[in-house]
Amino acid sequence: MSIPSVLRGGIFVAALVTLPLLGLQHWFLNLLVFVLIYATLSSSWNLVGGFAGYPSLGHAGFFGIGAYTLALIFRDHVLATGYEPFVLLPVVGLIGALIGWPIALIAMRTRADVFAIVTITFLFVVQTLAFNLHDLTGGSQGTALPIPPFNADHYEVPFYYVLVALLLFTMGLTFATMRSKVGLSLVSIRADEDKARGVGVRVIGVKVLAFSVSVGITAMVGAVWAYYESFIYPQFAVDPLITIAMVLMTFLGGRGTLWGPVLGAVILESGQQVLTYQLGAVQLYLIVYALIFLVIILLLPRGILPTIEDRLRLYRRRRRTDAAPDDWPGDLAAPSSEADTATLLGGGAT
Amino acid sequence: MHALVQGVILGILTGGVYALMASGQTLIFGIMKVVNLAQGAMVIMAAYLAYGLFTRFGLDPFLAIPITTVIMFGLGVGVELLFLRPLRREDKSELSLLVTFAVALLIEGVLSVTWGTTYRSINASYANSSWTVGSYQITVVRFWAFVLSLVALGLLFWLLNRTRFGRAVRATVQNPESARLLGVEAQWVSALGFGLGAATAAAAGSVYGLLYPFYSGSHYDLISRLLSIVVLGGLGSVGGAVIAAVIVSTSSAIVAATISPAWSEMTFFVILILVLLIRPRGLFGSVNRGAI
Repeated sequence: MSIPSVLRGGIFVAALVTLPLLGLQHWFLNLLVFVLIYATLSSSWNLVGGFAGYPSLGHAGFFGIGAYTLALIFRDHVLATGYEPFVLLPVVGLIGALIGWPIALIAMRTRADVFAIVTITFLFVVQTLAFNLHDLTGGSQGTALPIPPFNADHYEVPFYYVLVALLLFTMGLTFATMRSKVGLSLVSIRADEDKARGVGVRVIGVKVLAFSVSVGITAMVGAVWAYYESFIYPQFAVDPLITIAMVLMTFLGGRGTLWGPVLGAVILESGQQVLTYQLGAVQLYLIVYALIFLVIILLLPRGILPTIEDRLRLYRRRRRTDAAPDDWPGDLAAPSSEADTATLLGGGAT
Repeated sequence: MHALVQGVILGILTGGVYALMASGQTLIFGIMKVVNLAQGAMVIMAAYLAYGLFTRFGLDPFLAIPITTVIMFGLGVGVELLFLRPLRREDKSELSLLVTFAVALLIEGVLSVTWGTTYRSINASYANSSWTVGSYQITVVRFWAFVLSLVALGLLFWLLNRTRFGRAVRATVQNPESARLLGVEAQWVSALGFGLGAATAAAAGSVYGLLYPFYSGSHYDLISRLLSIVVLGGLGSVGGAVIAAVIVSTSSAIVAATISPAWSEMTFFVILILVLLIRPRGLFGSVNRGAI
């Protein structure tokens, strides 16, 4: 843990905590809440999609499971303080993780493409269930959550701080993962699962654990979102676009990095809110979104942070070569083993 | 019992249509190792094209197929050249999922802007007529849809098994490296193969538009079914996809007839989960290192 990374984290936390104290307007607080929702979602997706290289397209299913779990727990309840749902968030997370465990055991028998297919079908199973289980979910009529008795002047603030806590928890977990054996095991699975198993990595345990933790966090975010919205419908609670947003934001910022998913969420979610506001028609926004999506993947297939880092490394190496040509036997193309490990681990603290 | 037999008849007839859609999907995977998440959107797009030709020029959806086939083929080749070819090889399979999803969103967006987001259906003069065989109802549209799917599938099999292009395709499916060494232009096989997969969506789209009401977001529903079928049949196996389509749609029709239509969709997924538990590579899939 180097000083800059502590400093970076400290500044980030301080900025997050003080932002709402600046007397921001409702629309901006609302935007921040959604940026935090997506930053946490992407960071949680990153744990399994970024590190282990299992591109789950089913996370939105767990988002919906979290949302409906909270709705079920608080059915016919009147809240006294409004903080009860937040206190029960760990329970929601645990339920999400417990559902995720067997799903992961089945789905992770397959890899890459097939895994993506299986998880996206899971997403549609959850959606169908949400539509069909009228007694539990209210079907297409939707279901209501208890109204939080918060002061309308700063209604968003409690949600904001809870989401900050969730985001910091997820990032802390990511940070710990990157510096532990688990993280190394996940990265080795991404690089070559068969070889990883060959050298003794407990592949099944590690990847199923990563998946469960990841979807548990996703379920908690879903619960906060549902509480924030007060009323949920199957098509919004279990929305393929949520999955895609998580994947896209992680890809944009940089897979397998600590800050990448957060950066991606800040850029895309604020961009999306502005676009929807400017273009009005939701359909036009779909086209723009798809085009941005394509441009990102084609131009920055590795994401912003890893690309910048590569450039920086190349630049530094060039400068070093210019300064002391004798140290380098002229073989610029040969990558140092140190740089390779860093790339594999997503570039250290970035 | 009557409902059951009626369900089986319905399932087999519908299965033909799904077989057509899924064969394009699995063909694309076989050639390029790309899971085309836009296949559903392409079917819906073809349905809209047939709808447009029908409402504006009174062209019968069945007769519109040659026109839509050409358009969809062009679209498929375009998507491959523009979006899939530039991807780097090492993470192509992961990125191609995202690219094809983006293409699906793009198609959905264009369709919603052009035609709005209300449900449409193609009301041909024969849309509601049906024959009675014994005591069983067979709707005319479903019957012709089935026949058309058989013809289209027959053409596809002929193309794959009896032509030079087909041989190149099969060689690429079996072993891309050796195919390239033997002089197969892999780049062109990929582009044409993706076009061919998209072209099967054209015929399927006309039929889909006649059978069901649709709107720009219908492709989500469709793609999840297609994916279950393709995994069940074994990724890359066209014959497997056809058999899987019939199995899945028959069992879902039986569930709809005997339990409830609301649960028939779940049949697709239950079958998929069972297959993954028992035989993860599907009925006719080969074991690909890195895929299963």
